[in-house]
Amino acid sequence: MSTITEIAVEKFLEHTDSEAASFFEACVNCGQCAEACHFHLATGDPRQTPIYKLRPMQRAYQRDKAPFSSLKKMLGLAPNPVTEAELKEWEPLVYDSCNMCGRCTLACPMGIDIAGTISKMREGYAAAGLVPEGLKSAAEYVKKTSSPMGVTIKALKAQISHQEKATGIKIEVDKKGADYMCTFSSMEIMGYPEVLGAYAKLFKRAGLSWTISSVAYEATNVGVQIGSAPMAKEILERVVDAAEALEVKYVISPECGHAYGAIRWAGPNLMGRQFKFEVVHIIEVLDKLRREGKIPAGKKDSRRMTLHDPCQIIRRGGLLREPRKLLDESCEDFVEMKSAGIANFCCGGGGGVSANPRANELKTKAFSLKVEQLNGVENLEAVVVPCGNCRAVFEDGLDEYEMDLEVLGLSELIADTLEEDDQKQG
Amino acid sequence: MSFLQIVEGPLFIFAAAVFVLGALWRLIGIIRIGRKKDISPPKASAAAGFIRGNLRHFIPRGIFAKRTMVHIVGGYGFHLGLFALIFFGAYHIDFLNERILGVSWPAMPRWAFLMVSGVAFSGLIMLWVRRISDPVMRLISSKDDHIGSWLTFLVMLSGCFALEQAHDSLRATHMLLVDIWLVYFPFSRLMHGFTFVLSRGNSGATYGRKGIDL
Repeated sequence: MSTITEIAVEKFLEHTDSEAASFFEACVNCGQCAEACHFHLATGDPRQTPIYKLRPMQRAYQRDKAPFSSLKKMLGLAPNPVTEAELKEWEPLVYDSCNMCGRCTLACPMGIDIAGTISKMREGYAAAGLVPEGLKSAAEYVKKTSSPMGVTIKALKAQISHQEKATGIKIEVDKKGADYMCTFSSMEIMGYPEVLGAYAKLFKRAGLSWTISSVAYEATNVGVQIGSAPMAKEILERVVDAAEALEVKYVISPECGHAYGAIRWAGPNLMGRQFKFEVVHIIEVLDKLRREGKIPAGKKDSRRMTLHDPCQIIRRGGLLREPRKLLDESCEDFVEMKSAGIANFCCGGGGGVSANPRANELKTKAFSLKVEQLNGVENLEAVVVPCGNCRAVFEDGLDEYEMDLEVLGLSELIADTLEEDDQKQG
Repeated sequence: MSFLQIVEGPLFIFAAAVFVLGALWRLIGIIRIGRKKDISPPKASAAAGFIRGNLRHFIPRGIFAKRTMVHIVGGYGFHLGLFALIFFGAYHIDFLNERILGVSWPAMPRWAFLMVSGVAFSGLIMLWVRRISDPVMRLISSKDDHIGSWLTFLVMLSGCFALEQAHDSLRATHMLLVDIWLVYFPFSRLMHGFTFVLSRGNSGATYGRKGIDL
């Protein structure tokens, strides 16, 4: 039977493709990535240097897969083998100390995608069973209910019913032949159910045909966070099968960072085929509908607001301009925080960190940088956070740092500031 | 055959061959590992992203400038300086013309050569001092990083001593160090001089196909 180390190293090597190899080969150990990492900046701990977090995988590659590795082994110049003790020592660095936010890539003179490589490294850790308890529990919930928080269809239907009453709009479940199938994060369903009402209001106004699947309402993918491709595929399969059974043209990925990457970019590769539907992010949908004049902006929100950039949607998702255009049209006083946009700081909870209670203290420390950014905007009244997970991290963090600031979702803001029908007529 | 003739003749040819073949072997070895074809529908061109990634990372981002100033000043000073010294120093042009390329081009004036040497030396020293003094760099640096820095420093220093062409032994020392540097290059982190293209390009391609403009 293989040992933990053998399993992990085998997976490290399997996932060191020519891309990861080029990163390991180009790194000059300059440490500039540390200057971009919120965990390093908040703690000052050199071990929080992003490239350092990849060390066991890098060493396994240099010893067993890199060009000249056999020659170096023969001459006794190869690095030492990775040990179980090292793997265990690095486990918190791999899971607690990396949100896979990708900010370090911007600072790296070699352009090394450390976030993407951490994701490959987690495959080794997951295969060896070296995963934090919090993420293991989330995976267990997913097996039972499809949701990492254990949200059942019964609970979702109750939320739908509340929102139908609040908006007076019927929300269709399992409507075959609808154009759009919406997915949500559990955090949205239980913490911010108004988003269901917002979708109903916006899509009714736009005349969109849409539905929610009773078996594939959950968009998040704990398999991607843990680094288990088989688990990620199984979770994804549920959504793909449901969408194809309902014969929808589009699946809408919600205001959730990793969910978008999981289905839009990793999805077809995990499934080994392209889908019969197109994946679109809710921000893309809202932007398109707004440009087409189908959801015109009405009276703007007068509060002074700023925008948080969820890493997987903005920096690693490419939706930089769309939320800004939408906000500009919906808010009278939209101001950018310092470092906004492609290089904005992560909230500290991405990449499965918020599902990992062991990382709470570190996450809160990292949030101090976000607090600094928010405090840098004078008279700020609200922050728009277009990601359910970031939003929960913001609420916890603001509470921890005793800041009084409203946290809003983008869809709700757009729905709340939609031009009223009578405005349109007038 | 004098020692100078050896280090400029057969030993140089050997070193240059190890450099070229070793570097090619390593680059081809990295590319040959291969990667799975990405079948997610792209938003934009990965090839354009590969090129953009390479160009974009030449320019440091303003947002990190304050915290990475030593790297920016030292890194640019050293790399640009070294490039200018190798390819625009009069003796180097003569050597390349006579021994390898058979073509010549205008050289830097002597005063510029001396000035550029100063910049390159300062840059290299700054980077090395940072490597031994900054807690992050101390933690992540390996022997290879130090050997590469010192070897490059010695090559440059011996080159300065050989500048006057006063003694054959000084020129021979410089050439011997150049030969050692060429042999060491493909097996070490000095290879970043070539591998950066793959690294920046791969990230650029991944980001590029997602339509991300870094």
